[in-house]
Amino acid sequence: MSTMTFSRAINAGLRKAMDDDPKVLLMGEDIGKLGGVFRITDGLQKDFGPQRVLDTPLAESAILGTAVGLAYRGYRPVCEIQFDGFIYPAFDQIVAQVAKLHYRTQGKVRMPITIRVPFGGGIGSPEHHSESPEAYFTHTSGLRVISVSNPQDAYSMIRQAIACDDPVLYFEPKRRYHTKGEVNENQDLDQMPSMESAQVVAPGTDVTLVAYGPLVQTAREAAMAAADEGISIEVIDLRSLAPIDFAPLEASVRRTGRLVITHEAAQSGGLGAEIAASITERCFSYLEAAPVRVTGFDVPYPASKLEKHHLPDLDRILDGVDRALGRPNSLSGLEG
Amino acid sequence: MIQLVTATGTRVSHPEFDRWLEDIDAERLCALYEDMVVIRRIDTEATHLQRQGELALWPPLLGQEAAQIGSGRALRSDDFVFSSYRENGVAYCRGVDLTDLLRVWRGNVSSGWDPFEINMATPQIIIGAQTLHATGYALGIQNDGADAAAITYFGDGAVSQGDVSEALVFAASFQVPVIFFCQNNHWAISEPVGLQSRVPIADRAPGFGIPALRVDGNDVLAVLAATRIALDRARTGGGPTFIEAVTYRMGPHTTADDPTRYRDANELEDWAAKDPITRMEALLTHEGLFTPELQAGVAAKADAVAKEMRAGCIGLPEPEPMDVFNNVYSTPNSQLERQRDHYSRYLATLAGAEGSN
Repeated sequence: MSTMTFSRAINAGLRKAMDDDPKVLLMGEDIGKLGGVFRITDGLQKDFGPQRVLDTPLAESAILGTAVGLAYRGYRPVCEIQFDGFIYPAFDQIVAQVAKLHYRTQGKVRMPITIRVPFGGGIGSPEHHSESPEAYFTHTSGLRVISVSNPQDAYSMIRQAIACDDPVLYFEPKRRYHTKGEVNENQDLDQMPSMESAQVVAPGTDVTLVAYGPLVQTAREAAMAAADEGISIEVIDLRSLAPIDFAPLEASVRRTGRLVITHEAAQSGGLGAEIAASITERCFSYLEAAPVRVTGFDVPYPASKLEKHHLPDLDRILDGVDRALGRPNSLSGLEG
Repeated sequence: MIQLVTATGTRVSHPEFDRWLEDIDAERLCALYEDMVVIRRIDTEATHLQRQGELALWPPLLGQEAAQIGSGRALRSDDFVFSSYRENGVAYCRGVDLTDLLRVWRGNVSSGWDPFEINMATPQIIIGAQTLHATGYALGIQNDGADAAAITYFGDGAVSQGDVSEALVFAASFQVPVIFFCQNNHWAISEPVGLQSRVPIADRAPGFGIPALRVDGNDVLAVLAATRIALDRARTGGGPTFIEAVTYRMGPHTTADDPTRYRDANELEDWAAKDPITRMEALLTHEGLFTPELQAGVAAKADAVAKEMRAGCIGLPEPEPMDVFNNVYSTPNSQLERQRDHYSRYLATLAGAEGSN
């Protein structure tokens, strides 16, 4: 075990994956000499050379499109998208090629491509630097989508993503890059919990609170605050957004009867809708209240001085918990 | 524009290109002719199969035989092809199984062959997307220190796509062994090439730092020589080459298209006079090679190929209902498994209902 920051943990995971497999190579904008705008790839080009850590021209579609060709040739490319809002030029290559080639070719062509996406807000940036575009990709068959919330998962799951023969989008919460935590670097891949698994990160009995990425920490803080008022929240870190590991969610909701989901992404058509619908289908008779979503609004990501209103925080999450519990809340007295 | 055989079949010498054709003796010339006749027959037979309801769709290559055979026959087996959907002549050169050629157009599967068996990716429908795949593959070749090359085929319509420009940028920056083979067949469905480019398409490449060759795409020898030059450059560390093969789509975009709505009949007539196969026949006649024996042999080969392809097409087994769930991922996926399980139960209830009638 060693203590390291979130960003250092991703760096260590990338380094381990590159050490283990000479076919792993990194591509992206400014990832070489600079080490990436967030320094996630710091030192890797120096140690592995410019052929394995490629500074690419500024063309996201080409980063993904050439990664497809490299995968045909037997490589395992790890593509960095500099910021969440820059992924859209690559959207066609991701959803029409990366996601579908295995199916299109009846399994003959594999696409072991990892796409790293720093995502989410809370860093005071201008437009296009704080988005949460994960639902576009969870809606696309053929992709696996994961999001990490702590340094250990950041380390383990980047290695699992790279080792996976399917394409994986790896959403890293940029506002947590400086969070420190214990990381065990001595685990083999087969000793780690599956990257497809959701995990209970704080046990509780009254309400199930589902979060992922940057909001897991906020959810845990909310659970601690609620405990002071005698409310016991079970926090589940979803970890895998596609597919969703529903078993722990179902087990939890069967005990608590109440479900709150939180994410930074807009509400309509988001992960919260999918989870609410699926849990309602699977656990209808156990539910004591309608599932509650506490999410970003259906607005373009706002200017940084407004983002605190857009992003779910501890208080808004607790307000959602109050709604699930039928306690006085922001909507008390309103119809519906 | 490089031309080694005129429209009337006269061989003209060229100081740079001729040396790339020194091995093209009488036998090889006849083989190129046979290839072109056979793929025209494949193409015609497939069009008939579509009209007869055996194929859902077919994208004819009529008129583009020289461009596809000339380039396809220049390749080595360890080169890798990333094409669009119209390069069935190239697939033939790669040795594709004739039934595999049609499986996708019959609607049985989304792609017909194993790309690694013939080193050719299956048809790409998104316009221009494959140019990036070829560039990435060539980057892999370069990293491996191999002397193979990647070649990507696309049309004049594709050059307006951002992906093609991005591929040219990446290929030039990394100096990878890739050939951009543009068949300018003058039409992107109903849009004429002038809408895509105000200048000859080949003129764009030097702006990216990529040398370009503009060849008569209906001249199989010019295409063969140009592709060999580009391959040699790729194999010897010289980086990418752009080839514009100027040809003409004599048929519709696909069997679902009606070119009489947008195309002047006179234009078609003009290009019919430049037909690549007629031109080759004239050349062979000049060379004293167009014998009754050659004609009979080639016709017999074309007949046999068409017969085999037709039988393979009609004999294809129908896909199984549960195939719809296969190979979305390389390993099981819990959410999809649940849907698969539900649908198989649903199908079982239908089978049960049928059984009770």
